[in-house]
Amino acid sequence: MILNILQIILRFFVLVALQVLILNNIQLGGIVNPYLYVLFLLTLPVQTPRVLLLFVGFILGISIDLFQNSTGIHAFACVLIAFIRPNWLKLVAPRDGFEPDESPEIRKFGFRWFLIYASVLVFVHHFVIFNLEIFRFSDFWSTQLRVLYSSVFTIVLIILSQYLLYKPEK
Amino acid sequence: MRTLFELIWRNHFVVLFVAIQSFCVYLIVQNNRYQHASFFNSSNAAVAKINEGVTYFKEYISLRENNRLLASENAQLRNMLSKITQVKDTTKPSVIDTLQKQQYTYITAKVVNSSTTLPNNFLTIDKGTADGIKPEMGVICGSGVVGIVQQVSTHYSTVMTLLHTKSKVSAKINANGFYGSLVWGDDLNAHESILKDIDKTVPVKKGDTISTTEFSALFPAGIMIGKVIESKLNPGSNFNAIKVGLSTNFDNLSYVYVVDNLKKDEQRKLEEATQKGNEQ
Repeated sequence: MILNILQIILRFFVLVALQVLILNNIQLGGIVNPYLYVLFLLTLPVQTPRVLLLFVGFILGISIDLFQNSTGIHAFACVLIAFIRPNWLKLVAPRDGFEPDESPEIRKFGFRWFLIYASVLVFVHHFVIFNLEIFRFSDFWSTQLRVLYSSVFTIVLIILSQYLLYKPEK
Repeated sequence: MRTLFELIWRNHFVVLFVAIQSFCVYLIVQNNRYQHASFFNSSNAAVAKINEGVTYFKEYISLRENNRLLASENAQLRNMLSKITQVKDTTKPSVIDTLQKQQYTYITAKVVNSSTTLPNNFLTIDKGTADGIKPEMGVICGSGVVGIVQQVSTHYSTVMTLLHTKSKVSAKINANGFYGSLVWGDDLNAHESILKDIDKTVPVKKGDTISTTEFSALFPAGIMIGKVIESKLNPGSNFNAIKVGLSTNFDNLSYVYVVDNLKKDEQRKLEEATQKGNEQ
């Protein structure tokens, strides 16, 4: 259990570092900004207390904000994801429910389930961030296009990272 | 009262969610107020230190380009110097003019973090209050205008670049002297900007140079901003929106100069006093 918590904390730092040191410096065509760091919120154990989830979301978001001069925007989006996640998990739960101490990961629930679970949360997160950044309705469609492209790119990165980092259970 | 507490306790998750989100909204609004010193930004020393590490590697990659820029700037300065000394040689001033004081000093700073693809772009530089930097100083580089200092900590500052939706710099067309404001929007890329408030009757040619004006207390006059790419009439108005190609390449900025206008306070005080006098 303690090992598990340490692993989660380590994952937090690795993902934030990956985001601010590498991904924030990548620009594809000027419209794609992948925010891979949401993976941290997605893969927290199912049983994580809901209140703790809110605080973790805030800390994660504000750490990214620090490096982007976007105070509050990422925090807002992450807390929103943390708020939606428990209900969303209940909605898409497999027929026999979750086991305690389980994390929503691709190796346990398969590609299709994980794709649906992750896509919705990533899309909501990106939608909030890009629209808060612009915060006006001119260029509405070009912003939505950025949301779409970036979400797809982030989801691809998330799926890839799941296959790279976790060995399949035998 | 008791039922109220019970109600809150039953919905504590939602209440907490709303509370945290309100705090986030407060942070966003506060951050958007121009030039408000806050802890949560990249002039924060710890964050800037990490960014500095990243920049250390980036600098190596753009070394060749930076060398070229510095060399060309040196050549330009050398040219200006020879012009000045030539004038001095021929018309030797017999009286030393004590009223003529230096108006601008320049502080060199290294860029430790920058962005060009966000809707609002910033630089972080490695000089702060300890080096005499104050908010609202202009920032330029060898090839042109960069932006305006926004927030300052002891050893670092953030600079709102021209690529920021709230950035507004007074600019003029060198060919005819007409002036307007230079602004940026998110349908523009990192090499473009819009010069607005230029009357539609003013003749503008593609390739005309744009530079800073005498009105701004932030920049010396005549600092290069860019060249005209195209001029379009703003529908429903008497003004042209002129698309300007920026001369500063924000992608590989390494060293910048912060402009300290020694007469800025004097100018501002006078202008404020005048305004006050008019209101009375």
